[in-house]
Amino acid sequence: MSKKLEEFDNRIIFAKTLIALANEDSKIVVVCNDSVGSSNLTEFRDLFPERLIDVGIAEQNMVGVAAGLANAGFTPFVCAAAPFLTGRALEQIKADVVYTRTNVKLCGMSPGIAYGELGPTHHSIEDIAWMRALDSLPIVLPADEAQTAEAVRWAANMVGPVFMRIGRYKVPSVSQGQSPAFIPNKAMRIIDGSDVTIIATGTLVSRAVAAAAELKAEGISARVINLSTVSPLDTAEILAAAKETKAIITAEESVTRGGVGGAIAEFVVQNHPVPMKLMGIDSFAPTGSATFLLEYFGLTADSIVASARELLKHGK
Amino acid sequence: MNTRGISDLAREIRIQILHTIKSAGMGHIGGDFSVTDILATLFGSVLNVDPKNPNKPDRDRLILSKGHAAVALYSTLALRGFFPVEDLKTFAKPLSNLNGHPNRNKVPGVESNTGPLGHGFPIAVGTAIGAQLAKNGSRSFVIMGDGELQEGSNWEAAMFAGHRKLTNLIAVIDRNGFQQGSPTAKTNELDPLDKKFESFGWEVCIVNGHDYLALHKALTDPQTKPRVVIAQTTKGKGVDFMEGKAEWHHKVPTAEQYEAALLQLGQQ
Repeated sequence: MSKKLEEFDNRIIFAKTLIALANEDSKIVVVCNDSVGSSNLTEFRDLFPERLIDVGIAEQNMVGVAAGLANAGFTPFVCAAAPFLTGRALEQIKADVVYTRTNVKLCGMSPGIAYGELGPTHHSIEDIAWMRALDSLPIVLPADEAQTAEAVRWAANMVGPVFMRIGRYKVPSVSQGQSPAFIPNKAMRIIDGSDVTIIATGTLVSRAVAAAAELKAEGISARVINLSTVSPLDTAEILAAAKETKAIITAEESVTRGGVGGAIAEFVVQNHPVPMKLMGIDSFAPTGSATFLLEYFGLTADSIVASARELLKHGK
Repeated sequence: MNTRGISDLAREIRIQILHTIKSAGMGHIGGDFSVTDILATLFGSVLNVDPKNPNKPDRDRLILSKGHAAVALYSTLALRGFFPVEDLKTFAKPLSNLNGHPNRNKVPGVESNTGPLGHGFPIAVGTAIGAQLAKNGSRSFVIMGDGELQEGSNWEAAMFAGHRKLTNLIAVIDRNGFQQGSPTAKTNELDPLDKKFESFGWEVCIVNGHDYLALHKALTDPQTKPRVVIAQTTKGKGVDFMEGKAEWHHKVPTAEQYEAALLQLGQQ
């Protein structure tokens, strides 16, 4: 029905932004784990060979080295596939980065089920739950090109640790010319509505927008919130959604247990309970491409529409 | 070098460790005493650090990877003027800045929040690379327990430091031969430790970890590679009934043992 939107690989704007930042600030360095190609850092390495520290396939050392570089006054961006960064180096992230409060920017590349056919060892669906358990670690999930560029720039300029996800497969723009596209610590209400709220993150935002259009055709007014910052949670915006609409749907490319859905549910149940549906990936995936797996786990506009209908039916 | 000054500092550190652990009713006295002479040499004659400006950018970095020897580090830092010696009395008390493991954000002179083993070495590799990028002459030192070398992360760091030929990095192994429950040789043999490091591209220096002159030389001689100083130490060093006894890993002395230990330390 709708024309195919132009789509963008967020890794490209991520790398471009890092290069721009590195030109402005000699303290910006990159630490990676044999991931120059997969993180799209070839140009950065060619321009700043001394400032790209590739530790090889050694994630614990990678995060520890980054903590040391931060101690030495640098602003390291750790660029590594999200499953290995957050899984293999979890204790280094906890102790050396978050507890020590070092100025390390953890960039989880190719998160969620981006690695499709490579299977659950390479999927990063637990990362948000793991990172969310850490005290006061900002978690940022840019949904498109504009948000990625602004979030990376924000991370470089704030002092302290950050975890952000940088998507692999192409996604359409959802910021729709808004400026700024990314506001730190704020949820972005990109469509207003009064019947149901869809809170989506990252790659799911464009699908939530499509779902809202379908619901509108049925006479259902759906609010869409792009939750580009999961921690700290924009509780004012979530509370408004709970009070002003009848139900909340969350959609994420990760486990809902402790993930984005869990975060919203924890807040809603203690402050203004409303019917909720948490949509995510709550089991190890079968074989298939990322596109197939999003369908398989019901992370589509049609499934979001069905969830909205179901919630509103019960809500009556 | 004034070894008299270093030995006086070491004696004072041991006395503060004894007071602090007795008062708190907890601590890792065996490992604190084995690492004391290494800390005294570093803080007494090697490190470029300023207690009045603990975060000056070009300072040398000392990362205590064996974070359970926190009381030894706290005592050293207090005696060198990073914070009042009086504060040691708060160790492990509710809401004290002096936790069972060191916290950089609460204790001046601490570089990283260590405790889980195998963390300090990669951090020191990072500070050493940072100093090379900044070209500020800062040197990096990491102190590890020997049992800690069973953690794989250390070998990731050793391999990378060797690859980068970090001549501003020194790893000191407090080679007291014991881990929590038993000798390292019985649990998971580390030797030949020197050959392991050599094969990773390091220069190796084996010294008596209680000999200030030998330690000073090993910690200050010019380097052509990253250097490991395997400091052969005695767990519980300085108090005869604690020396070489596994049970003194984290035992607290009784009133009689405390008096006897104090007497021995005072006479050194």
